[in-house]
Amino acid sequence: MYGNLSIVDTPAGQQAADDPELLAAFEARIDRGEKIEPHDWMPAEYRRQLIRMIEQHAHSEIIGALPEGTWITRAPGFKRKMALMAKVQDEVGHAQLLYSAAETLGKPREAMIDDLLSGKSKYSNVFNYPALTWADTAVIAWLIDAGAIINQHTNAKGSYGPYCRALARICIEESFHLKYGYDNVVTLATGTPTQRAMLQEALNRWWGPIMHFHGPPDKVSQHTEKLVRWKVKMATNDAMRQEFLDTYVPKIWELGLTVPDPNLRKNEETGEWEFSDPDWDEFKRVINGDGPCNAERLAVRRMAEEQGRWVRQALRKPNHAYVAPLS
Amino acid sequence: MNEAAITDLITRLADDALIIAHRNSEWTGLGPMLEEDIAFSSIAQDKLGHAQALYNILHTNFGQPDPDTVAFTRNEAQFRCCHLVELPIGDYAFSLIRHFLHDAAEWVRYEALEQSTVVPLAQLARKIKGEIKYHLFHAKTWVVQLGAQGNEESHARMQSALNETFPLALGMFEPSEFDGELAAAGIYPGEGQVQQRWLELIAPVLEQATLRMPLVEGADLAASYGGRKGYHTVHLQPMLNEMAEVYRIDPAAEW
Ligand SMILES: [Fe+2]
Ligand SMILES: [Fe+2]
Repeated sequence: MYGNLSIVDTPAGQQAADDPELLAAFEARIDRGEKIEPHDWMPAEYRRQLIRMIEQHAHSEIIGALPEGTWITRAPGFKRKMALMAKVQDEVGHAQLLYSAAETLGKPREAMIDDLLSGKSKYSNVFNYPALTWADTAVIAWLIDAGAIINQHTNAKGSYGPYCRALARICIEESFHLKYGYDNVVTLATGTPTQRAMLQEALNRWWGPIMHFHGPPDKVSQHTEKLVRWKVKMATNDAMRQEFLDTYVPKIWELGLTVPDPNLRKNEETGEWEFSDPDWDEFKRVINGDGPCNAERLAVRRMAEEQGRWVRQALRKPNHAYVAPLS
Repeated sequence: MNEAAITDLITRLADDALIIAHRNSEWTGLGPMLEEDIAFSSIAQDKLGHAQALYNILHTNFGQPDPDTVAFTRNEAQFRCCHLVELPIGDYAFSLIRHFLHDAAEWVRYEALEQSTVVPLAQLARKIKGEIKYHLFHAKTWVVQLGAQGNEESHARMQSALNETFPLALGMFEPSEFDGELAAAGIYPGEGQVQQRWLELIAPVLEQATLRMPLVEGADLAASYGGRKGYHTVHLQPMLNEMAEVYRIDPAAEW
């Protein structure tokens, strides 16, 4: 699962180093809809932004396994226990695929994990919120995965071959997650009054993070024109958020649930959804480390890394050096 | 008809599978490497399926409640699992050694059960054995890798995990009052014989892993018995409480 973080932080003058002829040929390939492969020439900035983006996506999958993972041991009944195990396992598998895709650009998995643990590299902000009840896991599996699918389908049309191929596979699995999540939500929505109340409360809690999921509005986000041209960034945050609302708000209402935003409505003239501005200060605060679960998520990940180090060391062969895989 | 004996046997098998599945699933997101998270999760899913299928035999053929009720509403005294499966996941070395010793025993059990005169159990045993084959392959590969092909630290960790785990593993074969009856009816050869075959199966692997089998001929290594009679470690009831936390909000509701 992955939303959109702020992926742009171009240091000034970086692109000056690129050979203009190579750059023109590279951009022409992208214009023709060709995929860029690991050993093709690419601008340093293209490589850097892709590593950053794919790495953040991979971290989001592995950190995203934690809030739902803690409910595997509490899932009610064989059917849910089995499905949740499989779902979270898929997410870990996504991390594995994505780390491999990022590795093709020259950064080893261990280095990416180090940057995650040091806080240098980010992951999707939603996972800094707690899954307080079983119903939270249903809302996550339905709506957070739904948001992720919109983002991933969009990115799958990008220009970097290994990332696109990983995303194509991931999207197939995500669509099962969404089905599982929806089934879970419907069961609670049509269940006992306690189950319904639990679901509504979970939706209320998650609405803020859901509205944050696709990132800050385009009017305040930084200049992305080059990344759009290079097909690194494939759709605007606002467009993805609109697509999400247009697909899922009617389904939420159909279940008799309410959304905790009195201003949420579709403007029939413009076809656009209108809503209250999410709290972007909170978004910034949480992404910079001050959310309800940031410390806990990283602590768990760090513990897993530290406790497993002896295993990884035992597997390491002195004559094996890191080689970027071919995707 | 040996109904009490069969019910007891299948409950033991199913409870072991359920509890080890639950424990193995606790590695999800926490493994020493992503590939191992995924492997432990796959194995857990298989074993959860085995538990459900076994409870289903009890439900369909022997008048027991449905699998969800059996798994999610009993208390520890009603469980017949062995102590080995109850312990928390601990260090990876412990979980790996447990996985190896436990799955080797499962292999031997289900191989014997393929010939069982209880037809639905024999049919299920063939299917389960097909999956245990891969579990055991995974366990063996890692035990040998970390025991013999790793480094000094990994060897030491594996040996001490084996030493600590062995008495618990022997508890898997706690003699049952039904052993004679089950063997006479051709249902199951009994725990004594299964333990013997298990030792024969694990010995060469441990040797290949350069690990010393803690069992010394003639020495009195106390097996951790009691689980098959409903006496459990302190770890089981809290685990069951956690497992049923949501289910118990309303056991009559559909989840
Ligand atoms: Fe995912
Ligand atoms: Fe997902």
